[in-house]
Amino acid sequence: MENSTLISIEALKKIFPTSGGKFTALNGINLTIGKAEFTGVVGPSGSGKTTLLNIIGSLDTPSEGRAVVLGQSISDLNVKQAALLRRSKLGFIFQSYNLLPVYTVFENVEFPLLLLKLDESQRKKMVLESLEWLGLTDKIKSKPAQLSGGECQRVAIARAMVKKPEIVLADEPTANLDAANSHNILKTMVQLNNELKTTFVFATHDDKVISYLKRKISLIDGKVLKDEIIKN
Amino acid sequence: MKLLLKLAAKNLYGAGRRTWLNVIVLSFSFLVIIWHKGLLNGWDRQARNDMVNWEVGAGQYWQSSYDPYDPFSLTDAHSNIPSSFDTLLTKGEVAPVLITEGTIYPGGRIQSILIKGISSDQKVLKLPTEKFQKNDDEIPALIGSKMASDNGLKTGDEITIRWRDTHGTFDANELKVIGIFTTNVLTVDAGQVWIPLDRLQKMMGMPGEATILICGNTSEANLKPEGWKFKSSEELLKSVTDLIKMKSVGGIVLYVILMSLAMLAIFDTQVLSIFRRQKEIGTYIALGMTRSQVVGLFTLEGSLNSVLAGLLAAVYGIPLLAMQASRGLSFAGASKDYGLVLADRIFPVYSLGLVATTIIIILITTTIVSYLPSRKIAKMKPTEALRGKLQ
Repeated sequence: MENSTLISIEALKKIFPTSGGKFTALNGINLTIGKAEFTGVVGPSGSGKTTLLNIIGSLDTPSEGRAVVLGQSISDLNVKQAALLRRSKLGFIFQSYNLLPVYTVFENVEFPLLLLKLDESQRKKMVLESLEWLGLTDKIKSKPAQLSGGECQRVAIARAMVKKPEIVLADEPTANLDAANSHNILKTMVQLNNELKTTFVFATHDDKVISYLKRKISLIDGKVLKDEIIKN
Repeated sequence: MKLLLKLAAKNLYGAGRRTWLNVIVLSFSFLVIIWHKGLLNGWDRQARNDMVNWEVGAGQYWQSSYDPYDPFSLTDAHSNIPSSFDTLLTKGEVAPVLITEGTIYPGGRIQSILIKGISSDQKVLKLPTEKFQKNDDEIPALIGSKMASDNGLKTGDEITIRWRDTHGTFDANELKVIGIFTTNVLTVDAGQVWIPLDRLQKMMGMPGEATILICGNTSEANLKPEGWKFKSSEELLKSVTDLIKMKSVGGIVLYVILMSLAMLAIFDTQVLSIFRRQKEIGTYIALGMTRSQVVGLFTLEGSLNSVLAGLLAAVYGIPLLAMQASRGLSFAGASKDYGLVLADRIFPVYSLGLVATTIIIILITTTIVSYLPSRKIAKMKPTEALRGKLQ
C-alpha cells in the first residue's frame, strides 16, 4: 500500500428503504485506500460492491459513518461540490461502457475536458494522448455503435483517464467482454496505474480482474470479510 | 452556456429523424401563423386603403343632423356648404356630397336606394365622376358593379327614379346609367346611385347644399365650420378596424391549435428522451455535470427545436411568403358575397415585427414546454439513472 491515503472509510453504513422494510447494503465498513493502489472490492451480487463504489464516487451518500475521498467528506458535500469532485478528481468506468451514443470517440473522450473548460488545443492534445495510450487513434471519428465491446470499454477507459484523475472507479469493467478483450483492458489499466500512479478501485466478481489486483477487499452482505495484499 | 449549447446542438443532430419531425411540424406552425397574420395585415391595409380612396377620404365634415344609421335624419341633414371651403372646392380638394333617399324601378321591381350627389370635378374619391362632365342627359348616373348585377342594369339603361324634394313633394324622372364602376367598398356600391351634385341639388330644391364634405387632406380638419362636425378617418374606419381585430382574435384559435400540435410533439419528445436517456443522464452526472446543468441541457435541446424550425421555415417559407406577397391570394367570386371590404385579391403584408413576435412567442413557449418534463431529471438518483432504471 502506498503511503498517502486518498480514501478513508469509517463505520460506513448504507441502508435502502424497500417495500418490505429496509435493506442494509453496507454494514459498518472500515477501510483506507492509498495513492496508486490497484484495489478490487470483490464479492457476490448484492454484497454491496457497487454501493460502496457509488459512495466513494460521490454519486450516493452514506446513511451512517463517514467516507472521506481526497480530503472531502462525502456526506458534507452539496450537489454542486460533489459534481465538482467527480468532474476534476474522479474517473468512472462502467460495466456497460456508458458512452454517449451520438458523440464520436474523440468527442466522448473530450467530454470531461469540456466540463473542465480547458481550451481547445489543450483538449485536443490530451484526448489524442489518451487515445494513443489505449490504441484508439484509428477510431477517432467512429461512433460507439460502430465499435466492438472491447473498443467501447477502451474508449470508456480513455474517457476516465483523459483528465488524469486521482482515482478511477471501475464497476465490473470486464463483465461484457470476452477473455481476450478483458485481459487486454486489464493490462492497459495496470500499465496506466504504473505509469501515471492513478489509484484504481474495482468492483468485480470476475476472476480475470481479480488476477490482476494488488489488493483484494472481499465483501459479503455489506461487511468486509477479508482485506488482503496480493503479491504477484 | 456555450458548452450546453454545443452539447444540445450535437444531441439534437444525433437524434436524427425525431428532431426533424419536430422541426418540420414546428416550422409549419411558424409559417402558418405568420402567413395568417400577414393575410390579416394585408386585408387590413387593403381595406383601409380602399375605404380611404373610395369613401372616407382624409376625414369628413358631417352636417350636424346627419346620422348614417338613421334614414329619417336625411330629410334635415343638409346645409349650405360653408364659404371657408370655396377655394378647396374649386381645386377639387373637398368633395361635397348631398344624400337623400329615393326609389328606382328596375325591370318593374321597386328598389329603395340612396341617391348621392357628388361634384363632377372632385379629386378626393376614386369614383369616376369626371364622366358626368361629358354628359348632357337629364339625370346621368354612376352605379357600382354589385348594384348593377343585383338590379340587372348595364351602361346606357334608363330607369325611373323617384324622390322627395325639400318640401316633401314626390317627383320622378328617367335616370340613365352612364357608367358602372368596380370597387371593393360595398358601402359606395350596393343600393346607391351617384349623380352630379348640382343635378341633385336642383332635384331636391337645395341649391348650394350638401350632407357631408369629404376632405382630401388631413389639414382640413382645422377649418371647423359652424353646424358641421368633423369625423376623422380613424373614426370612420373604426368598423373595419374592429372587424379585423375580431378576425385576429378568431385567428388565435388557429394559433392555439397549431401551437398545441407543435408543442405536443416537443413535449412528447422531451418525455421520451428523459425516459429513454436515463443512462445518458446518469453518465452526465457521473462525469461531473450538475443536475441543473443536465436540466438546462435537455431544456436547451427542446428550445433548439424552435430555432431549427425557424431556420427551416425561413428556407422554404421566405420564397413561399414572398411569392404570395407579390402575387396575392385570390378571393375572386367570394368577396362580393361577404358584404365586407374584401378585394378579389389580397396581398399579405409581412412585417419584421410580425416575424420577430412570432419567433419570440414560439421560442418562449417551446422553452417552457421543454423545461416542464426536464425538471424530472433534478429528482433522479444518479445511481439509478446510471443503471437505466426507470424512476
